[in-house]
Amino acid sequence: MSDYLSPEELTAIWLSLKVSTVATLVALPFGIAVALLLARGRFPGRTLLDGLVHLPLVMPPVVTGFLLLLAFGRKGPLGAFFEQTFGLVFAFRWTGAALACGVMGFPLMVRAIRLSIESIDRKLEQAAATLGAGRAIVFLSVTLPLALPGILAGIVLCFARALGEFGATITFVSNIPGETQTMPSAIYALIQTPDGDAAALRLTLISVAISFAALILSELIARRMARGGVT
Amino acid sequence: MTLSIAVQKKLGGFTLDVALETGAGVTALFGRSGSGKTSLVNLIAGLARPDSGRIVLDGRTLVDTANGVFVPAGRRRIGYVFQEGRLFPHLSVRSNLLYGRWLTPKARRWGTLDEVVDLLGIGPLLGRRPRDLSGGEKQRVAIGRALLASPDCLLMDEPLAALDRARKAEILPYIERLRDAKRLPIVYVSHSVEEVARLADAVALIDNGRVAALGPVSEVFAHLEAVSDWEDGAVLEAIVVAQDRAAGVTRLEHPAGPLTVPHLDIAVGGRARVRVRARDVVLAVGEPGRLSVRNRLAARVVAMAEGEGAEVGVRLDAGGSPMLARVTRDAVRELELAPGVAVTALVKAVALDGT
Repeated sequence: MSDYLSPEELTAIWLSLKVSTVATLVALPFGIAVALLLARGRFPGRTLLDGLVHLPLVMPPVVTGFLLLLAFGRKGPLGAFFEQTFGLVFAFRWTGAALACGVMGFPLMVRAIRLSIESIDRKLEQAAATLGAGRAIVFLSVTLPLALPGILAGIVLCFARALGEFGATITFVSNIPGETQTMPSAIYALIQTPDGDAAALRLTLISVAISFAALILSELIARRMARGGVT
Repeated sequence: MTLSIAVQKKLGGFTLDVALETGAGVTALFGRSGSGKTSLVNLIAGLARPDSGRIVLDGRTLVDTANGVFVPAGRRRIGYVFQEGRLFPHLSVRSNLLYGRWLTPKARRWGTLDEVVDLLGIGPLLGRRPRDLSGGEKQRVAIGRALLASPDCLLMDEPLAALDRARKAEILPYIERLRDAKRLPIVYVSHSVEEVARLADAVALIDNGRVAALGPVSEVFAHLEAVSDWEDGAVLEAIVVAQDRAAGVTRLEHPAGPLTVPHLDIAVGGRARVRVRARDVVLAVGEPGRLSVRNRLAARVVAMAEGEGAEVGVRLDAGGSPMLARVTRDAVRELELAPGVAVTALVKAVALDGT
């Protein structure tokens, strides 16, 4: 492989996969919680929460990136808080890229999970309760398994969105090779460089291949679950 | 084991206001749909909260609104068999059965998987998924699942209503075995005279959210007239054998004899339910001769209940189906009617309502 790809290109691919995976995994518990809240919760401010979650879907990515910079930059209120409390810095780090990707993929993840939770027959949860299950056990043994197709769809959508994320990332954490230069940023940088076209094309093909593989994988999982009886 | 209930709850168009005490054996909640039966069962199970009242199971207070007690469904140990089964689609039959058992502390468990599987005849189904089961099989698994949670009381909400006649016949014996094998109070919701007459030890007639009558099956069914617009009678289930369009009638086959009713829109081979009002039934001893009455059912007198005034309620067994007739005291004397006497029950075709 290294015969065909330069170390910089390999780094960009590796970084993209790392950033997208971390973004998706960290977003998942929050995605499930927010989806549950939106699907089941009856509280004031529900519409506001719904709107906030969906905002990154409709705002220009540059705006999202700039807002992240204001909030999570080293001098931003949230950025300072995370640095002091957890020693976690986002600005111009790969963690910032993961944050930007996670925020951008979040609405898609919440949507998919929320739809599958809404389609669950609550009578099944009642049945579980009459069999001696408390709320936590009902959630873990009935709600979560029945929402699994939506959760997997949410994971795939979020991961795919994270892989393709460009605008918010480059605005928030710039385009530093080896730290924040993911595949889309690398392709962008290569196109700006004289004689970079061939390398840009190589990365583009790899990007297409990864996306395609993710789609096929999710389809295979969906089919296996349908066979296993999870509906 | 006793279950005592005294609850009030405002529902859509009326108020559920029920005071009831049941012991071991089957207590049927009988009444039309919309009378509040399922709402009452949901209150007992803990799936709904009453506006006010108390529910006590065997000395254990489950609900007491005056003292702010509400035990959640998961801690009531009350089994519930739903009309639609509600098996978990993502689990195998075996896992469905064991679900409640896993959640029951070892010391509380009674009965084993093998025992319940035997009782319900579901051994061959264990490895299957709920969606691969027939309606009758699903209900048997649902009953088994409720039993394996070792409940102190079992609620069954029209467990047979969604099934056809053959599937009902398949399950009824299992419920009878369950009733006889376990000393468990069972609350059985139904609007089928046939099921209630066969299974119940006691009947609570629910009408408009209230207990309109309570007592042994024979007594309650013989006094249905006491209730607002219930008219006592019986429901016969029969198979459509022919449509006679020229005569405008449908011909049915019932174990007690053929029936002719005004045209019913049911295909030949389909199942019809015919409601026979007690006051439309004429009883004859011996061969009745030439009459305009179309329907003649062979029956046997089961019991007699003195009604008000000149009337006597006669409970009949017509080919296995309970039937009621209301005749005068005078007629009883002249025909020498008594339990065990064979009679012919005559009903005019035009007096029958089929569905």
